[in-house]
Amino acid sequence: MAFDKMELREVEVWDGNYAAAHAMRQAQIDVVAAYPITPSTPIVESYAQFLADGYIEGEFVMVESEHAAMSGCIGAAAAGGRVATATSSQGLALMSETLYQASGMRLPIVLNLVNRALASPLNVNGDHSDMYMIRDSGWIQFDAFCPQESYDLNLIAFKVAEDHDIRLPAIVNQDGFMTSHTAQGVHTLSDDVAYGFVGEYKPMNDMLDFEHPVTHGVQTEEDWHFEHKARQHNDLMTKVMPKIKEVFADFEKLTGRKYNPVEKYDMDDADVCVVCMGSSVETAREVATEMRAKGVKAGVVGLRVVRPLPFFEIAEALKGVKAIAALDRSSPNGAAGMLFNEIAGALFNTDTKALLSGYVYGLGGRDLTKAHLVALYNELQANADAGKVTTQLQQFIGVRGPKLAFL
Amino acid sequence: MSEVKNIKNLKEFSTSADRFEGANLLCPGCAHSIIVREVLNATNDDLILAASTGCLEVCTAVYPYTSWDASWIHIGFENSSTAVAGAETMYKALKKKGRLKQPDRNPKFISFAGDGASYDIGFQWISGCMERGHNMMHIVLDNEVYANTGGQRSSSTPIGSSATTAPAGKISYGEKRNKKDMMAIMAAHGIPYAAQVSPNKWKDMVKKIQHGMAVEGPVFINAVSPCTTEWKFDPKDTMNIADLATDSLVFPLYEIIDGRELNITYRPKNIVPVEEYLAAQGRFKHLFKDEYKYLIKEWQDRVDEKWAYLQRREEARI
Ligand SMILES: Cc1ncc(C[n+]2csc(CCOP(=O)(O)OP(=O)(O)O)c2C)c(N)n1
Ligand code: SF4
Repeated sequence: MAFDKMELREVEVWDGNYAAAHAMRQAQIDVVAAYPITPSTPIVESYAQFLADGYIEGEFVMVESEHAAMSGCIGAAAAGGRVATATSSQGLALMSETLYQASGMRLPIVLNLVNRALASPLNVNGDHSDMYMIRDSGWIQFDAFCPQESYDLNLIAFKVAEDHDIRLPAIVNQDGFMTSHTAQGVHTLSDDVAYGFVGEYKPMNDMLDFEHPVTHGVQTEEDWHFEHKARQHNDLMTKVMPKIKEVFADFEKLTGRKYNPVEKYDMDDADVCVVCMGSSVETAREVATEMRAKGVKAGVVGLRVVRPLPFFEIAEALKGVKAIAALDRSSPNGAAGMLFNEIAGALFNTDTKALLSGYVYGLGGRDLTKAHLVALYNELQANADAGKVTTQLQQFIGVRGPKLAFL
Repeated sequence: MSEVKNIKNLKEFSTSADRFEGANLLCPGCAHSIIVREVLNATNDDLILAASTGCLEVCTAVYPYTSWDASWIHIGFENSSTAVAGAETMYKALKKKGRLKQPDRNPKFISFAGDGASYDIGFQWISGCMERGHNMMHIVLDNEVYANTGGQRSSSTPIGSSATTAPAGKISYGEKRNKKDMMAIMAAHGIPYAAQVSPNKWKDMVKKIQHGMAVEGPVFINAVSPCTTEWKFDPKDTMNIADLATDSLVFPLYEIIDGRELNITYRPKNIVPVEEYLAAQGRFKHLFKDEYKYLIKEWQDRVDEKWAYLQRREEARI
């Protein structure tokens, strides 16, 4: 049975979830094993509908939990085909054991992670707590700022993850509701062109090759475990970034849409800048433009690739800046925020003398408004002028009650 | 469907294939390896195998070695069933798309797991696989204890057994609960085939495994697996203990077809008293103290009652 191609307009009005589902459809995934959780549910629902309507050929297994979803994906990927799923928050937490197993087995699964807060208190809205929780699980991680990027990065993720030199699973992050449920114009590729870009799945060490049986998921102790982990880490650090850049370049050739591991906006002569992820990048860009009109040399750095961390690209982007705000959308719970730490780490051995402060914002879906960002840029400018951080190093944006600030 | 392997005698059977190599780190006398070999030797079909974390897994795939000459995967403690279900799903997808490398092959999908990995932590995953109707077989290596982590109780551990987290002591006789009835629970999913097997009854085992492989849909097999280390018997006695288990009817051999039809497949000529089964194992040693002798009687009563129930069900064809 063949499947029907889908006629798409050049620009479709899609939300981030639907955009991701279309990319999965066009990549002609062989198996999806999934379990629903807000706000990622529409991805697998749409996928199931595509199957029901004959727009894709493949198998969809509605399993009994997220742990089983990734377990099924691992078994399917080891058998030798293209595999993807989606989850958020508690689902990711339940799945987390298997994430390490997937990356340790070098299986190129693609996971759409629609970022959402972690309970308690229970909250279905977008923040980056889930992404933070599994950031060291050995998965490549992309970050989409808008629905268009959710579509594009899904196509890109398959191509990077499945490369035989890489063979590591990949996550495409997008902000819960802010991106996943906000419809925008999305430039599409035709089914043929999109599939042509992702390419045919080329199995390696697949269990269904009966002439060459394989053993997956062995036991190692102190004699070999370190070598396995070191090799996995080394490959992630040395092979993945060049591959991502290569695939970004291929994608630009095909579509004209340019992606970078670190997305710079007005950074050439910036004095002050914010570093952030997800949907807030677009808000920050707008405010930076307005601040420029007021004479503040403002810029924005958006992190496109979270893992492997683009150390050199971050350092290069922030060269010459006087004051930086790292914006974290997850509660650091006892330390500085993830981005604060990672930016500090990327800058430490460089000549940069920039002042770095950390801001926690938007937990549980709280809005980050333009007014917040205006105040923040003004604070950064004050820091730059004074040559020191004039407020506390870590602050919370827009939280009620007594002012919360630390360090 | 592929041809069912014709097995003439034990000698031929025990030497007929080597997809599970003799080289492994299981204890001498471990029944796990005997059961696995019997299952693999029951067929010439291609196999896709999974094992859950536990003795079988840690003893047979220690990098850079493997005891498996068929594709094999281990993910975690709870999800061997779902790993195989995932592989079976991929097989279906690639078959539909015409992308199988060897399209004429008709593989069988099997997950092996301990009682801990099946009765307890992996319970939900197995139930999910059974309910969704994957074409696979889940086999429990039921040694009634978490052997790999040093003998903690599981919900398969029988009453009166001394386990490290339910030890017999000055004021305790050890495990307080009766063994969970997994056969009944699995059969209640309405799956096409569920059976209890024992390594000492190899012909019965082969028949059931071959039947299970021939049916379309999920199959559940519960295999009694005497553990020399935790049951505390001499390694040379594995098969004797397995004989005692089936001949005392502590571990009756039967099958349930389509969740309904129950057939007893082995009726011992001379039924051995339960006491003999218990006496042969160190884990029950304390039950022979005067104050616990009543438990041995209770054991016997329960076994008799279950046997009567199985016979009634067989007769009633319900
Ligand atoms: C999630 C998780 N919890 C606990 C463990 C520790 N663990 C590994 S094997 C095992 C017991 C295995 O017992 P069983 O399934 O009965 O198999 P056996 O070793 O007896 O053959 C335990 C508790 C683990 N690996 N993973
Ligand atoms: S502890 Fe028991 S189950 Fe584990 S290898 Fe030894 S005999 Fe086998």
